[in-house]
Amino acid sequence: MFENRRLLRVLRRTVVQAVPTVLGIVVLNFLLLKLAPGDAADVMAGEFGTATEETMAMLRRQFGLDLPLLQQLLAYLGNLVQFSLGFSPRYGMPVSELIGQRLPSTLMLMGLALAIAVVVGIALGTTMAMTAGRWTDRVLSVVSLLFYSVPGFWIGLMLIVLFSVKLGWLPSGGQETIGAGLTGLDAVADRLKHMILPATSLALFYVAIYGRLTRAAVLEVASQDYVRTAAAKGLAPLTVTLRHVLRNALLPVTTLAGIHFGGILGGAVVVETVYSWPGLGRLAFESVMRRDFNVLLGVLLLSSFLVIIANTLIDLLHAWLDPRIEVR
Amino acid sequence: MTAATSGHTPDIAVAAPPLGSWRAVRAFLRNPAAVLATLFLIMVAVTAVAAPLIYPEDPLSMVARPFLWPGQNPTFPLGSDSLGRDVAAGLVWGARISLLIGIAAMALGVTIGIVVGATAGYFGGWIDDALVRLIEIFQTTPSFLMLVVLVAIAEPRVESITVAIALVTWPTIARLVRAEFRSLREKDFVTAARGLGYGHARIIFIEILPNALPPIIVTSSVIVASAILMESALSFMGLGDPNRISWGSMIGAGREMLRTAWYLTFIPGIAIVLTVLALNLIGDALNDALNPRLSSEP
Amino acid sequence: MTTAAPLLDVADLTIAFPTGTPVIDFGFTVAEGETLAVVGESGSGKSLTALAVMRLLPPAAKIVAGAIRLKGRDLRALPEPEMRRVRGREIAMIFQEPMTSLNPVLTVGRQIAEVLRLHEGMSAPAARARTIELLDLVRVADPHRRVDDFPHRLSGGMRQRVMIAMAVACRPRLLIADEPTTALDVTIQAQVLDLLDRLRRDLGMALLLITHDLGIVGQWADRVVVMYAGRRVEQADATRVLDDPLHPYTRGLLAASPRLDASLHYSAGPLREIPGSIASARGQPGCPFAPRCPLAQPSCRIRPPPLAAVRPGRLVACPVTTASELADVAAVGL
Repeated sequence: MFENRRLLRVLRRTVVQAVPTVLGIVVLNFLLLKLAPGDAADVMAGEFGTATEETMAMLRRQFGLDLPLLQQLLAYLGNLVQFSLGFSPRYGMPVSELIGQRLPSTLMLMGLALAIAVVVGIALGTTMAMTAGRWTDRVLSVVSLLFYSVPGFWIGLMLIVLFSVKLGWLPSGGQETIGAGLTGLDAVADRLKHMILPATSLALFYVAIYGRLTRAAVLEVASQDYVRTAAAKGLAPLTVTLRHVLRNALLPVTTLAGIHFGGILGGAVVVETVYSWPGLGRLAFESVMRRDFNVLLGVLLLSSFLVIIANTLIDLLHAWLDPRIEVR
Repeated sequence: MTAATSGHTPDIAVAAPPLGSWRAVRAFLRNPAAVLATLFLIMVAVTAVAAPLIYPEDPLSMVARPFLWPGQNPTFPLGSDSLGRDVAAGLVWGARISLLIGIAAMALGVTIGIVVGATAGYFGGWIDDALVRLIEIFQTTPSFLMLVVLVAIAEPRVESITVAIALVTWPTIARLVRAEFRSLREKDFVTAARGLGYGHARIIFIEILPNALPPIIVTSSVIVASAILMESALSFMGLGDPNRISWGSMIGAGREMLRTAWYLTFIPGIAIVLTVLALNLIGDALNDALNPRLSSEP
Repeated sequence: MTTAAPLLDVADLTIAFPTGTPVIDFGFTVAEGETLAVVGESGSGKSLTALAVMRLLPPAAKIVAGAIRLKGRDLRALPEPEMRRVRGREIAMIFQEPMTSLNPVLTVGRQIAEVLRLHEGMSAPAARARTIELLDLVRVADPHRRVDDFPHRLSGGMRQRVMIAMAVACRPRLLIADEPTTALDVTIQAQVLDLLDRLRRDLGMALLLITHDLGIVGQWADRVVVMYAGRRVEQADATRVLDDPLHPYTRGLLAASPRLDASLHYSAGPLREIPGSIASARGQPGCPFAPRCPLAQPSCRIRPPPLAAVRPGRLVACPVTTASELADVAAVGL
């Protein structure tokens, strides 16, 4: 009872704080994109190569690109209130529909990457902390620093060389085997096979971050009085670590996991390019190159939304893990 | 969100010895990995500066038979790409871009971050609230996505890439500086400076900032590393300066030949990894040297 | 000394860090059911000694010499898994800081039940029921509610009671209490010490009370060992030490501790601090207390004075103050 009320209060606080942030993001992104030289009409005209001044003006009028800036902004906000992200002139469909098609693949990819990063990172960090100063720790520390220094797109390409080109174990790109007509479990396995390499490429950097962070946090917690209390009870070292150290050490780690969620989303842009993954990152990149700013605004807004949702979940997780957190 | 996240840069702490302390320098020099990393970076920097002397030819010009593998021809030790460009020359010239953008973007980002963070942390109140909100807006947008948008709409050139990277990295420094200033502004020496009637600018830059520098320096080396990574990712995606060769653009070009000539992707990637690794090793060593509290000895 | 085999026998214990030797040739015995107080100021090595008995020394510290025997069993030689069965079951320990000694993210009930489940193999419901009984035993009000509370909702005194409940859960033979009341309010101190004493009698365990406060030993300890800079400087029955302290350090401690029944030797005037600090003992070839001692002779600075038995059960390491007593002893032919 009390527990749920506490979590609800944390939730409410987070949501209230998020509203002005979201509004700021919309306005800032909107102004930024409108300040940019060139618009969708320019690019379309450039591509067709035959556009006259009249057709350009017509295109602009059609998409509302000829209106004063403030009016465009208000129109956009008005649309948002009705949960509409506008229309994409290039793809010829509503932005929300377009994003809806791409979002699930990106979320799956990110989810798997995040899971790998958190699980492997925490295991790595705990191992390093438990062997602190010994050779296991030294070797793993160098490995994690290496992971931290490798560009995700490059490791992605190298994984393709090794696992697709040389060994032929895993597909080098795409989301599923096209035209294979797989169903049921086979289809799931096929999907997973396609996800392993991109998710790993995306995860490595964060494995390193969580590993290093967990190591520091575990070492910090291990020197606390209550850990000595646990040892004085006669608990085995592994039990002490898992039950008493890790749960406290995870508090700072979860906080940072929220901060890095946006980073993973950004990393998806590059990794989706490497693996021709039909996700949000590709969509963002394509729409930048085509000056399709309605789509881009939608993607940016949705990304910020995802980050905020992730942060909210992290806040709740944090509050659940740490009973001392009350509404501040 | 703010309260929970602001204090969490656990690998960087307050209360460090003054910068001039020889103890910190010696601690740094006692770390063999850091010394090795420093030597490597000096080597890269010298190569980058001397690139016009080592390879006077434009690295984008055709000089050899295409697809020479490394070691096939001693004149081109690292081989040649699909257009017969010398990979070794590309590496040397690419180092210029990587280091230039990495350092310039860091300098700009750190400057913005210090100004914003110091203002927010020192003055507090509504100024702090507003600036924290601004930082939050930047940190809520995925930074690489933001970077792609900024560079794409502003024409990819060295200058615009540098500014764009600085624009997505300053919030990290700003948050760090803000936290430092919030704790330092309550200290006695600051109160004393106020009592002496010093102006805000003097207190911020002469009294507080030097004491906040150690964590800023540590983070700066890591920011150079991440700026290099960002630049390479941009170039890889075709958003680099088209007139300059860079490690990322070499990888992007090599990608097309991944199945047949993977060395074209491999070699510039190794250059990035080693450079970034060196910077991160230096960051770690600086952290240990400037934050004795966290080193292994009690 | 005592004729029956002691419960705990620590002999010639020497603990070394890479940077120094904080415990040197230290020893004491604890008999079944008695309360022994080890007294000394902070830095004297008394907490390290307690941790050494539990084999929970920090990694940098090493026992370089000595024996620690529990009912004749050498704890130093015990394999780690067996030592774990000793901790919490035969010897339990409570610490100075109740505010930080409990895990902040687990309920107090879970932390007490944990030790029951570990050593007694109790099921979760049985352990919970027993936990509530234990909370009641240590006089925590409303144990049914408190069992599900997190530590931060409890006061310092309550938390120390929880620590005590955890420690006595498996009816250990020996309870080590390391400065159990130092962090608490004066009014709570006596309550906690009374509780410890009552539990000692009710559960038939021995109590090793580690404290810097000689003022509390008179009421709660049977015997006292005074420790200075890692060495035993005086040992006696509690009343003896208070009425007739022989070592100059003990005298200084007594003068520096507030007592209700300030004895005639040390008038109830203002508290006097011992001049100097324990750090001055470092690198002393002679008596570690010599740099601070008002009675120090040139001979004190040559080598550490040996512990001498001035009376049965009474040991003092000071030839200056014990000269006359020793003469008496010699005269009687003891």
